[in-house]
Amino acid sequence: MAEAVSPTTSEKPKAPRIGVFVCHCGTNIAGSIDIDAVKEYVKTLPNVEHVNDYKYQCSMPGQSNIQEAIREKDLTGVVVAACSPRLHEPTFRAATKDGGLNPFRFEMANIREQNSWVHMHDPAGATEKAKDAIRIAVAKASLLEDLYPKSVPVEHAAMVVGAGVAGMQAALDLANSGIKTYLIEKAPSIGGRMSQLDKTFPTLDCSQCILTPKMVDVGRAENIVLMVNSEVEEVEGYIGNFDVTIRRKATGVLSPAEAEAKGIVGGGCTGCGDCDPICPVTKPNEFEMGMAPRKAIYIYHPQVVPLLYTIDWDSCVKCGLCVEACGDKKAIDLEMQDELVKVKVGTVILATGFEVFPIETKEEWGYKRYDNVITSLEFERLICASGPTGGHLVRPSDGETPMRVAFVLCAGSRDSTGVGKPYCSRFCCMYSLKHAHQIIEKIPGVMPYIFYMDIRSFGKAYEEFYYRIQDEGAKFIRGRVSNIQEDPVTKNLRVYAEDTLLGRPMELEVDMVVLAAAVQPTELTNKTRKLFGVSCSTDGWLLEAHPKLNPCGTTTAGVFVAGACQSPKDIPDSVASAEGAASAASIPIHRGEVELEPYYAMCVEEKCAGCGLCVNLCPYSALALIEKDGKTVMQVTEAKCKGCGTCGGFCPGGAIWMNHFATPQIVAQIDAFLLGGEQ
Amino acid sequence: MAENPEGWQPRILAIICNWCSYAGADLAGGARIQYPPDVRAIRVMCTGRVDALFIMKAFTDGADSVLISGCHFGDCHYLEGNYKAAKRMFLVKSLLKNIGLDDRRLRMTFVSASEGAKWAKVIEDVVNVTHELGPSPFNKEFGELKELV
Repeated sequence: MAEAVSPTTSEKPKAPRIGVFVCHCGTNIAGSIDIDAVKEYVKTLPNVEHVNDYKYQCSMPGQSNIQEAIREKDLTGVVVAACSPRLHEPTFRAATKDGGLNPFRFEMANIREQNSWVHMHDPAGATEKAKDAIRIAVAKASLLEDLYPKSVPVEHAAMVVGAGVAGMQAALDLANSGIKTYLIEKAPSIGGRMSQLDKTFPTLDCSQCILTPKMVDVGRAENIVLMVNSEVEEVEGYIGNFDVTIRRKATGVLSPAEAEAKGIVGGGCTGCGDCDPICPVTKPNEFEMGMAPRKAIYIYHPQVVPLLYTIDWDSCVKCGLCVEACGDKKAIDLEMQDELVKVKVGTVILATGFEVFPIETKEEWGYKRYDNVITSLEFERLICASGPTGGHLVRPSDGETPMRVAFVLCAGSRDSTGVGKPYCSRFCCMYSLKHAHQIIEKIPGVMPYIFYMDIRSFGKAYEEFYYRIQDEGAKFIRGRVSNIQEDPVTKNLRVYAEDTLLGRPMELEVDMVVLAAAVQPTELTNKTRKLFGVSCSTDGWLLEAHPKLNPCGTTTAGVFVAGACQSPKDIPDSVASAEGAASAASIPIHRGEVELEPYYAMCVEEKCAGCGLCVNLCPYSALALIEKDGKTVMQVTEAKCKGCGTCGGFCPGGAIWMNHFATPQIVAQIDAFLLGGEQ
Repeated sequence: MAENPEGWQPRILAIICNWCSYAGADLAGGARIQYPPDVRAIRVMCTGRVDALFIMKAFTDGADSVLISGCHFGDCHYLEGNYKAAKRMFLVKSLLKNIGLDDRRLRMTFVSASEGAKWAKVIEDVVNVTHELGPSPFNKEFGELKELV
């Protein structure tokens, strides 16, 4: 291929002088790769002026070696053969910069994650692979150029998607630090799953009692723009400048502010509830897990924030009775349409939470076939004083109080059959212990039976709570329930299991079975994450940038995760991760500007034929054709370009220069691998 | 399967995207999942960057196989670079057939950042298929047509 010169370089580049620094990483690399053989080999490579090996190149002395060599040997490029660039590229770029070179003249050869760790039993193969990897890196480093990150201003606003306890906490933290925060919630009220719970373990605080003050704070916070009944529709832009389009679903009800804007003085919904009794349509209330009715115009429960009624358009017959009942407040508009709202934010936190795994797919337990088999979330509503039964636990089949209740743990969790989920849902052990405590407290003479694999009581004061429930008399049976059968007459349930401590099969008749069903990411999580370009693990949970050192970040700069959309988390963990995410998301905003990697495309105008193929390929509309000196050429809007290189991969004339991944650089890597290059 | 020449080791080039497959390969490393050492990877930001010429260059340089690996469809960090790369692969495969190369020597896979085990499996598959096909005709040392290129 023809020698191509970057459009940035006007002067003839210096002859390359590359320094290669090989890391032992203790024995992580040196245990499988013959470092001396690699070093001797690297000395034979063209352009290599300096070779050094060190036990830990990332340590301070290791970095100093690099800086000294740059100065003493007048290096033009640096290659470090060590771990993955996804781990230490920033470290060595900084070292390169401190040595006086442009940081983008650094290239990494991955000889750990993609070599020594995966070829532990083949030292010869690993050593040959390391030689090739360094040869490839040297070839690229020889052609690297000075690049300068561009600084862009950061919008002084943030967005939190999902207003469960994690999203609320994140929004409150952001707002309290002085950042305007858009809080987006798909449901008609904030509060999320926590608002459906009765008590919280291990302190037995009333869930609503500790949650509602936060909900009220969110509703009143000056810096929070709350959008319920809303979903993210479209996302454009990048860290510092996300343009997000939000669909505000038509609720059919005007808030007092909206009414005022329409000139209805003193109007709008006050949550008085006059519309509710008159509505002729009755539907199951999803907040009560379908165990209580609601009308087509409804609120979930009296403590909702914001206190505004919502019309369920799927069931509304538009009879207009509610409009009459509302009277002069004129809060109801049956012709209301969805509204698209565009906002600009600097950073985003995803806090989209979890949903309950459809446990009816585990057919052996008979959920949805047997009336008295319920899930834990249904149990929460039944035992909750504000729930459909006023806090009296009753059997759905006959309304009787159950005296023998079986709790089945790991229902769909830790399940390798392929039907359930392979992971531990993490909070089921603890809430099932709490459930056992609650029925012992409320129903004298009741017997809770807990079928468990092992009780995971890992948190602060959790183990003590476990002992307390044992002392209160709950019966623990270590074994998975293999089958549940219903007596067709009494609707009692026969539970079959193996008691693995006694080593024998057992069966037990109970009045009610509570399945501690697994949790999974919500369907909407998957849609939302794709809009923001966030990856997920094979289970569908959102993927953090690093599981240990960057647990709130994602691989998309400026997008963070909080709460149980990342993995099953209990309330303290959700709140802690929300505070972490809020802190991380506020940093770029308070700083006011961010540096973007300078990997944008450039047009080599002498070669551009103006065909425009690239213009249509660009997913970000960053390219356009312009007239320049009587010729049609492509022009890049650098701020829009994210550096994927799709245009460069297709340009038939080779007229697109992708910074840091330019065609000559990549071809040099291919040639270095396959044609060698030893002297 | 024909006997492969003595001393021949497959030379396989992988061009993989930064966000999914490179991260998946790193994950395989962290988990110490062992696989054959015959593949050399070059990192690009997106498989959309992969010019058909890169692949043809690799084959004329004597590569026995080429692997392109990116994000799953719908998961591309740049929205749709992997679709465009995948479409390009059909073109390159037909080119390979036209010049008499078995198109199984070019493979595109989709490995996410959480699929370390899948990455190891992909490498094993690619190495096995390459062993089955033997040296590329254009292999600089062992190829039947090495004089031609």
